[in-house]
Amino acid sequence: MSANKPLPDGPDWTFDLLEDYHQAIAEVAKLYRLDTYPNQIEVITAEQMMDAYSSVGMPIGYNHWSYGKKFIQTEQTYKRGQMGLAYEIVINSSPCIAYLMEENTLPMQALVMAHACYGHNSFFKNNYLFKTWTDASSIIDYLVFAKNYISECEARYGVDEVEEVLDSCHALMNYGVDRYKRPSPISMEEEKSRQQARTEYLQSQINELWRTIPTKQKDETLKSVKFPASPEENILYFIEKNAPLLETWQREIIRIVRKISQYFYPQKQTQVMNEGWATFWHYTIMNHLYDHGQITEKVLLEVLHSHTSVVMQPEYNSPYYSGINPYALGFAMMRDIRRICEHPTPEDCRWFPDIAGKDWLETLHFAMHNFKDESFIAQYLSPQVIRDFKLFTLHDDDKKPYLEIDAIHDEQGYQDIRSALSAQYNLSNIEPNIQVYNVALRGDRSLTLRYVPHQGIPLADSLDEVLKHLHRLWGFEVVLEQVNPSGKVEILGRCPPAP
Amino acid sequence: MAHFIDRRLNGKNKSAVNRQRFLRRYKKQIKEAVSDAVNQRSIQDLEASENISIPQRDINEPFFHQGQGGDRQRVLPGNDQFTKGDKVERPPQGQGSGSGDGDASDSGEGQDEFQFNISKDEYLDILFDDLELPNLQETDVDQLIEYKTSRAGFTNDGVPSNINIVRSLQSSLARRIAMGASKRSRLRELTTRLEEARNDPHCPQQDIVALEQEVEELKKMLAAIPFIDTFDLKFNNFVKTPVPSTQAVMFCLMDVSGSMDQATKDMAKRFFLLLYLFLTRSYEKIEVVFIRHHTQAKEVDEHEFFYSQETGGTIVSSALQLTKEIIEERYPPSQWNIYAAQASDGDNWADDSPKCRQLLDKHLLPAVRHYSYIEITSRAHQTLWHEYAELSQQYANFAIRHVKHAEEILPTFRDLFAKKVA
Repeated sequence: MSANKPLPDGPDWTFDLLEDYHQAIAEVAKLYRLDTYPNQIEVITAEQMMDAYSSVGMPIGYNHWSYGKKFIQTEQTYKRGQMGLAYEIVINSSPCIAYLMEENTLPMQALVMAHACYGHNSFFKNNYLFKTWTDASSIIDYLVFAKNYISECEARYGVDEVEEVLDSCHALMNYGVDRYKRPSPISMEEEKSRQQARTEYLQSQINELWRTIPTKQKDETLKSVKFPASPEENILYFIEKNAPLLETWQREIIRIVRKISQYFYPQKQTQVMNEGWATFWHYTIMNHLYDHGQITEKVLLEVLHSHTSVVMQPEYNSPYYSGINPYALGFAMMRDIRRICEHPTPEDCRWFPDIAGKDWLETLHFAMHNFKDESFIAQYLSPQVIRDFKLFTLHDDDKKPYLEIDAIHDEQGYQDIRSALSAQYNLSNIEPNIQVYNVALRGDRSLTLRYVPHQGIPLADSLDEVLKHLHRLWGFEVVLEQVNPSGKVEILGRCPPAP
Repeated sequence: MAHFIDRRLNGKNKSAVNRQRFLRRYKKQIKEAVSDAVNQRSIQDLEASENISIPQRDINEPFFHQGQGGDRQRVLPGNDQFTKGDKVERPPQGQGSGSGDGDASDSGEGQDEFQFNISKDEYLDILFDDLELPNLQETDVDQLIEYKTSRAGFTNDGVPSNINIVRSLQSSLARRIAMGASKRSRLRELTTRLEEARNDPHCPQQDIVALEQEVEELKKMLAAIPFIDTFDLKFNNFVKTPVPSTQAVMFCLMDVSGSMDQATKDMAKRFFLLLYLFLTRSYEKIEVVFIRHHTQAKEVDEHEFFYSQETGGTIVSSALQLTKEIIEERYPPSQWNIYAAQASDGDNWADDSPKCRQLLDKHLLPAVRHYSYIEITSRAHQTLWHEYAELSQQYANFAIRHVKHAEEILPTFRDLFAKKVA
């Protein structure tokens, strides 16, 4: 291998050169046992990239004004030079679709292929969340089905009608997710036939014939029945199944939005890991290629140049600071795991007795397979990384007039920082906990939701607007209550507003 | 292993539908922004693309999220000065050292306006939404003079240059088959009989000779069928179809007497410009004739029209007379769609006004598609307005409006060309 001449170093790329690079990268990836879906690499223009951006990375999206808005926003920030476009977008599907922008130079394309086609791709295929919650082989089919179904609805019921339902669904999109139950993947044909079956079933429900069957008898009426029996966290699911006035097609649209939301749910929970993993691999693969004389110094330097800007972490008081950079943190942690395995210090042996000195590749694969951001940080954030990042925790209690530093990067602080950072990636701390609590079955059919604040953090003002959307879907009064730590329940809002 | 696909060739504007949905949804706000722009921005920019800004709150997509306050712990990088237990003053709201889990753009220095650019076409679409050119359908079909030549199948006669070779040879072939069919089958029959006769030793010689003769004759007749006949010739057929005339001429008439100041002229210019833009949407080619007048009328170029200052009295009929002459000379109404717009502050010699009315009534109004008169003044109407008002009762294509302020121009314009509900 090393006797071979290195690959040409661009800067211009051709499809033949991409193939050559891809070949080389694939061989290295195999060496490191990166198990991936087949790759489908698509070269696109900047405009198409913005398209992909605005449809939140769905390769096929139904039409909705909000995507138009996002496109305009992206286009503007891009044109003003406030934002560079990402070099790549990768889609969790099988084959795994990766977009390369045509403006990239050859070394950049190589970097992107290593990053997306082997880093992200293997993550999608092997991380437990993705394995449990998404089905890569059916997602494209499902998106096609969704697009067609929605445009059919638009033709049949009018663009405005459909838009209203979609608006409302989007407002509740974060609450269309099953956090614990496991859906089973189905193909497009199955999806279609099921959808038909659902339609027919619902039609049969309104058949006049059924009305002659006697209704249930007495005694139940006396008890005050609570429905649902236990609170339901998946609000969209609850509405799809139980909203009294919705038509079949509206239920189907809710279902579509909910499914798509569910598909993206694992990505939200694995940002740091996913990006860290992909960044670690483009770094490792490109260095490996260089070490074996397959790429020139020129290519490596260009790759490192953009690599370093990707993993830059500005300090808390820098004007560029906007939270912790998932690329930086993820990459640092992945490298640190390798370091702990290869060159453990006494400190590492104390903190990580089970991985210090073990096979690094094995350890890293295990970490990638079995964790999400929250648990990954709780498990693997080492004192070394905390020191490198100079992490500290800031306690902001609105009852006190000052902010307090709880822990810094020292011996007493490591554990606190680790749990605080882990909690920061716990979605249930970030997304307000709102669940369907009750429906007044015997009364006015009003729907009651309950918000349980996390550490006294109130709900933002947007709640009134969201309640309007919820009311549109439910069709009857909607009430949002807040349960205070004392157990007292207060009403946050209702739609339509109380007279 | 890996597929490479070149998607660059795929259609552009994949999200055009989404963009249209967006514009459609915010039509009301965008319309307001556009008409504000028309009224306030400088005239030169009218035709360019337009920056639109609509309030951010209108386009927010609401969702449940955490608000400010509560008891939070954040992890931040880059500790440079703190030790455990340090107390820091709370920074003022909005500028926060937030760790990005909030809604900084909603509460902080986020944009209040959502700004974006719409193209010239989208801009004009919105500007002239719901407007139409009046009287367009009624007259345009019977007055057309322009023709367009188009193919219309095939015909049996024509000039040699229009011969359609394929069709001609097709019919030649058909004719040859048809004319020779019976002879060829007879020929086949005779040939077999001749063959039999030759093989039959008992067959008399003269029978064979007779058969041979007949075969010869048939062959000659077959050869005599002409390869191509005038009868076969097919010609491409062309017909002329009348098409609605796509050219228009627009007359801008303006009073430049001393009483018209620059502000009034600006308002007039806005009106002319709107009309011009509106016409460009219906016609491919538009000529503009500028006529200004005080006591005498003169055809001038655009710059002189808007910017040169004259003094003196006002005789409106001079401009109308000149318009009439120019129409007669250069723009026959049978070939041109004629539009005219007149702007004035209403001053005129009292005894000239009836003359104006007469000119319009007899010559101009029958010839033009539409004639609009706007009077830009804050004073009482004078004789010209009264004469015109009477006339506008009689003619559907004559409209007069009174404008006082610049911001009334667009509403007036919209009012003039509003779609009439049938």
